[in-house]
Amino acid sequence: MSNSNQPEVRVVHTPTFIDGSDLETPILKILQQDGTLYEGAALPDIDQALALKIYDTFLFIRALDERMVAAQRQGRISFYMTEIGEEAADIGSTAAMASDDLIMAQYREQGALAFRGFPLKQFMHQLFSNENDLGKGRQMPIHYGSRDLNYLTISSPLATQLPQAVGYAYGYKLEQKDNCVICYFGEGAASEGDFHAAINMAGVFKVPVIFFCRNNGYAISTPSSEQFAGDGIAPRAVAYGVKAIRVDGNDVLAVLKATQEARRMAVENNQPVLIEAMTYRLGAHSTSDDPSGYRSKKEEEKWREKDPVQRMKLWLINQGWWSEARDAEELDLKRKNVMAAMKEAEQVPAPSIDELVTDVYDVPPQHLVDQLSELKAHIRKYPDAYPKTAWRLNDE
Amino acid sequence: MSNMNLLQAINNALEIAMSKDDKVVCFGEDVGHFGGVFRATSHLQEKFGKSRCFNTPLTEQGIIGFANGLATQGHKPVAEIQFADYIFPAFDQIVNESAKYRYRSGNQFDVGGLTIRSPYGGGIHGGLYHSQSPEAYFTGTPGLKVVIPRNPYQAKGLLLASIRDNNPVIFFEPKRLYRASTGEVPEGDYEIPLGVAEVVKEGTDITILGWGAQMEVLEKAVALAEKDGISCELIDLRTLLPWDVNTVVDSVKKTGRLLISHEAPRTGGFAGEISATIQERCFLHLESPISRVTGLDTPFPLAHDKEYMPDHLKNYEAIKQSVQF
Repeated sequence: MSNSNQPEVRVVHTPTFIDGSDLETPILKILQQDGTLYEGAALPDIDQALALKIYDTFLFIRALDERMVAAQRQGRISFYMTEIGEEAADIGSTAAMASDDLIMAQYREQGALAFRGFPLKQFMHQLFSNENDLGKGRQMPIHYGSRDLNYLTISSPLATQLPQAVGYAYGYKLEQKDNCVICYFGEGAASEGDFHAAINMAGVFKVPVIFFCRNNGYAISTPSSEQFAGDGIAPRAVAYGVKAIRVDGNDVLAVLKATQEARRMAVENNQPVLIEAMTYRLGAHSTSDDPSGYRSKKEEEKWREKDPVQRMKLWLINQGWWSEARDAEELDLKRKNVMAAMKEAEQVPAPSIDELVTDVYDVPPQHLVDQLSELKAHIRKYPDAYPKTAWRLNDE
Repeated sequence: MSNMNLLQAINNALEIAMSKDDKVVCFGEDVGHFGGVFRATSHLQEKFGKSRCFNTPLTEQGIIGFANGLATQGHKPVAEIQFADYIFPAFDQIVNESAKYRYRSGNQFDVGGLTIRSPYGGGIHGGLYHSQSPEAYFTGTPGLKVVIPRNPYQAKGLLLASIRDNNPVIFFEPKRLYRASTGEVPEGDYEIPLGVAEVVKEGTDITILGWGAQMEVLEKAVALAEKDGISCELIDLRTLLPWDVNTVVDSVKKTGRLLISHEAPRTGGFAGEISATIQERCFLHLESPISRVTGLDTPFPLAHDKEYMPDHLKNYEAIKQSVQF
C-alpha cells in the first residue's frame, strides 16, 4: 500500500468533491479586550513573574519601535520595521519556549529577542551597524542574531528559515534533546515554495518544530484576500500531516496557552505543529512604506481597538499586579533608556575595514587577502572619500 | 589499494566519513534503502541506520533548506541533488543562505559542515535536463567552495576533504565517468586538499587546463598533440572556488600559452574568469591568445550531443592553432 497514511477510505459511487467547508478551523480566545477572561476559558501556565516579564517586553518594544521610526525619519538610521500591534504574537509564543530552544525569526520579531534578554545596547549596535554589532555591521537594521540567546541571525529572503527549522529540529531529534524549534513567518511568506517544502518535510520526518504564522493581514500592500483563496494558513498544515491551531494573535494568554501545548506535543511526541495567530500590522511594513495608499484609517482604527498591549495591561490591573501610574512611569523610563542608548551607539565607529573579508569563509582565501590589500592602498590614496574607514588605516 | 570505479570511490568515501564521525548524515531523493539512482549511497542505510541515511520528499529547495538547518546545528549533512540540472529550485537556499550564513551573522552561525553532492555533465544521452554543467552559476557566489573530481582516486580524497571542510562545498560528480573511470584507490582514509590544482603532466609549449570529466578528453587531445611534437602541460584545476591561481600562473609563465576547456556554454563560463585573471597576471609572457574550447551557447542538445561537446578533436585543433599563432 503506497498511501498508508489513509487507513480507512470512504468509497462513493457518484462524484463527490470536497472543499474548505469540510474542515472547520476554530479560533482560540482566552482574554477579552476589557481584561477579563471569556467564560470557561482555561489560563495558560502563567504566574506574576512571567506575566510581568511579558508585559515589560511589550513596553520596551513599544518604546524602541517608536523611537527608532523617529530616528529613521531624522536620518540617523537607514531603515526600520516596527511590530506594533503584533507584540502578543511573538512575545507570547516565545514565552512558552525553553531558553535554549532555537528561535528562527522572519524579521518582525524583535520582541522575541528582547524577551530572551538581548541587551538594549546590542539592539542599538545592530541598528547603527557599528563595530560592536554582533553581525559586524554587515546587514540592514533589524537583522538581529544572537548565538548566546539561541536566536538565529535574520536573513531578508522570505520563508528560507522554514525548511532550515525542520533540519535544525531533526538535529534535536538525532541527539534526543528535549528541545523544540520555533519558526516565525507571515501569511505572505506562506506562499513561497519553501513553506510547502518545510511543512511537508516536518510531517514526514516527525520533528519537534513549531511553525508560527503571524497572519497580520498584509504582505507589504497585498491584503490576505489577494494572497490566498483558502481559509488562511492553518488548514494547509493538516494536509501535510502536521497539527494546526488558530489563535487570536492579539490575545497574549491564548498565544501562550496554544504555544505551551504545541511545545509539549513537539517535545514529547516529535509532533510538528503550526500555529496561525490572527493579528494586524498596525504600523507600516517598514519605514520605506506608507499604508495610506492601500488601506483605510477606519480599518486601522478597528484594529487599534484590539490592541494587545492594552488588553494585557487591563488583565494585569485586574489581577492586582499592575497600575496605570506604574505603567506611565515604566514607559517613560524605557523611553529615556532607549534615547540614551541610541545616542551612545551612534557615536561608536563603523567596523574595521578588515571585517569586509572575514567570515566569507572560515579563513580568508588568498584572493580575498589580495583584494583587501588593494582596497586599503586605494583608501589610503583617497582617504576623504572613505571617512568611515580611512582614519583607522593611519594607525597601522 | 583496490580497483574501484568512480561511484564505488564515492560510496567508499561516504562510508568512511560516516563511520568516523557520527555527525555525518546522508540524504536526498531515493538515497535511502535504494542507495540513490546511481547507487552512490548503496548500503549506507543498512550500515548506519535510517536516521543517518534516508530518503527525502521530492523537493530540492527543501533538501538544501533542511541541510542548512542541520548544518547550523553542528551536523555534517551530505545532501544529494539527483542531477545538477535539478539544483535550481535550491538556488536561493544555496546562494542566499548556505553561502552567506557565516558572513551575515558575524560568525555566530555557519553551515560549514554542509556538502552538496550532485552528478553533472553530458555524454549519457541525457538531453537538456540530464546533462548540464552549472558550475559557473555557483563560482560567482562568495562563501561557497566548488569542487569537481576527475577519477576515482581524486573523487574519494576530494570528497572526504569536502565533507570535513568547515565551509559549504558543492561537489559536482562527473556522471559520464561514474562507471567508465576505474583505477587504484587506497582503501583507507585520505584527503586531497581543496583549493589546490594538480599538474597532471608537465610540458613546455602550452598549458592545458580543465576539470572533472573534461580531463579525460584533454588527455586524448594532448596525446594527439604530442605525436605532432607539441609538449603539453596538463593541469586539473580540481577546485573552482577558490581556484589555485598561482599554479596556473606559474605554468603559463613557463609555456606562454593557455587553453581552457569545459562542457558548460562559453558565455559566462568559468574559462572566461580564468582567461581574465591569467591575462592580468601573465600578459607579457603570452605568445598567443588564451583559447577556450567549450560547449556551445545553446541548451544541451540530444541528437547533436557529439557535435556540441568540446571533444578531443576540437581541443587538438585548438592546441595546434595556439602553438602556430
